[in-house]
Amino acid sequence: MKSLYTELGWLPRTPEDFSAQLKAAVSAEGPLGREFQALASYALDVNQLTKLARAIAKARAEGKSLDPLTTFKLAVLSNSTIDFIVPALVATAARHGIALEVIQPSYDQVAQEALTPDSKVNSARPDAVLFALDYRALPLKLALGDAGGAEAGIAGVMGYFQALRNGIKANSNALCIFQTLAAPAETLFGSLDRALPGTLRNLIDGINRELSQFALAEGDVLLDVAGIAEAVGLANWHDPQLWNMGKFSFADEMIPLYADHVGRVVAAIRGKSKKTLILDLDNTVWGGVIGDDGLEGIKVAQGDARGEAHLAVQRLALDLRQRGVILAVSSKNTDEIARVPFEQHPEMLLRLEHIAVFQANWNDKATNIQAIAEELSLGLDAMVFLDDNPVERGLVRKLLPQVSVPELPEEPAYYARTLAAAGYFEAVAFASEDLKRAGFYQDNAKRAQLQKQVGGVDAYLASLDMTITFQPFDATGRARIVQLINKSNQFNLTTRRYTEPEVTEAENDPQVFTLQVRLADVFGDNGMISVILCRPAGTASDKTKTWEIDTWLMSCRVLGRKVEQMVLREILSRARAAGIEKLTGVYKPTDRNKLVIDHYAKLGFTKIGPEPGQDESGITRWELDVSAAEPEAAPMKVVSLGFDEVKEQTVA
Amino acid sequence: MDEAQLYSRLTEVFHDVFDDDTIQVTPQLSAKDVDGWDSLTHIRLLLTIERAFKIKFSTSEIGKLETVGDLVKLVQSKIS
Repeated sequence: MKSLYTELGWLPRTPEDFSAQLKAAVSAEGPLGREFQALASYALDVNQLTKLARAIAKARAEGKSLDPLTTFKLAVLSNSTIDFIVPALVATAARHGIALEVIQPSYDQVAQEALTPDSKVNSARPDAVLFALDYRALPLKLALGDAGGAEAGIAGVMGYFQALRNGIKANSNALCIFQTLAAPAETLFGSLDRALPGTLRNLIDGINRELSQFALAEGDVLLDVAGIAEAVGLANWHDPQLWNMGKFSFADEMIPLYADHVGRVVAAIRGKSKKTLILDLDNTVWGGVIGDDGLEGIKVAQGDARGEAHLAVQRLALDLRQRGVILAVSSKNTDEIARVPFEQHPEMLLRLEHIAVFQANWNDKATNIQAIAEELSLGLDAMVFLDDNPVERGLVRKLLPQVSVPELPEEPAYYARTLAAAGYFEAVAFASEDLKRAGFYQDNAKRAQLQKQVGGVDAYLASLDMTITFQPFDATGRARIVQLINKSNQFNLTTRRYTEPEVTEAENDPQVFTLQVRLADVFGDNGMISVILCRPAGTASDKTKTWEIDTWLMSCRVLGRKVEQMVLREILSRARAAGIEKLTGVYKPTDRNKLVIDHYAKLGFTKIGPEPGQDESGITRWELDVSAAEPEAAPMKVVSLGFDEVKEQTVA
Repeated sequence: MDEAQLYSRLTEVFHDVFDDDTIQVTPQLSAKDVDGWDSLTHIRLLLTIERAFKIKFSTSEIGKLETVGDLVKLVQSKIS
């Protein structure tokens, strides 16, 4: 089953006419992002990835737009040959919605590049630096049976990583991505290598453990190369001949897989991981057809090989739900019949309470998936659709290319593994809100029902018994703030993405006004639902009198609750306290944020036109006189915390 | 596989690796004749040939290759 991984078995096979398709795509008019993304979504090999990367580079050089791909600048620091890898990274990133620019310094210049302030990498100001280091080029000495020596060896390597990180942080403040080390397949003693201090395997185990903790503790990102290599087998991963010939740190066959993992992580940093898993039912969630086979006939029991395969799909779906992935159902069935196994089958793990949207009807699946996306207020590109039927998969891919649709093998026992191998739900951090997210969306369904019962919106809002809490950014909220900044697409006025170091910088900058907003109601705590960041703006003379709203975003879970009004009231009161006279705001359109096109108009801002730079494709600019504005209060309790502490300032 | 078939399959590989459909694969062809045929692309070419013909080259064999003619002889010796 190594081929599932090396050949990216969840992606459709590359068509024979791939080169012709690529030629046709680059000659198309207008932005090329969607074309490149579609071509990248086949299971491309190294040569095909290289071709695609060349086409992307050419389009970029000709000044063609790669919209709607999100740009990301990645520096790769390596002590091995990465010339085959870099084009694969660029092409694969398009698969994940990223227009990747790679900064590749000369071979084996890792420390020099990290530590020199004006090095190629540091002066390029990358968004992130990937340390693609191989164990063979690290200062690792065997210390057989010598626990102290082994510990010192591990500490030495960790010190090296720490120094690299410090260099990057001081010189370009980029996010750091560290790779765990893939151990060699060879052992010295045999099984004892794992246990005996100071063997290579033992040292690498120690480094991987410490490096993982180090990366997470510092807010950096981990790429678990050791885990990828283990999944395909260490003997397949490493190719001694290629290492000897050209210092290639792993087999060329593994490049598409490695590049896909880098793409997932970069996409996750940019908040582009998938959020929802849509499940087909017959022959996906259970074996057989409920409408034909009935409750007793479907295979979904322990002790039955077929049934266990489908239970594994259910188990994976439930585990994903627990970490915050929303589950939905799209099935061609009569609704009442499709619900029966969820309600009555004793061995089903999935229950109706786990499913946020249940669509069982005779519409085509593309229509159903669109309905699911609408009901959840999420974009189609946040959806994964799992279906055993190749016809349904093909239809959804054709009609809704933004939806991710994994290929599945014939054998249901491999369904769960294939879904997991595709890595749709990659995360670079885990916030406690994630645990509750799937529940939030279901609570929303309940709230909608309550709304129907109570009638008027205001009465409904009052009946929710809401408490809104305002705080400046702080360390506790940071992970969630970064997540919201990078994930929110719809209610997001400027869609500016910031990394954790950038958020920390704003948090500590006394000139910057920051706000994290939480909302609780009768159904429970919604957690953090809005983030605002204002920076001083205007001419030199009145710089201290104006705040420009750099970022204003909100989770769509709390749409229609008048949270925006309350947030503006809070900003105004803080602005007055800081002697600010004017608020300015910008709406920057994307293909996802039409929802907030009238945001500032609704809040009483005055349009001051598209200047400067004139009509830049739909950008609008707004301002509000702080002293005169008085937005109406909404029925909720307000709590403000932590504003009286003065931010630490260095006095010049 | 006869020599004509082998050349035809190799031509596909060359076009794929060098992203250039105009390359004429002849016995005399060598690295200096093809744009972008540097030492790294040479390795990528040979790795692609290994996969296309399901064969494996040794490091010393790779070092000895001068022309496509040499390459064809080597591939033939491995698939026959």
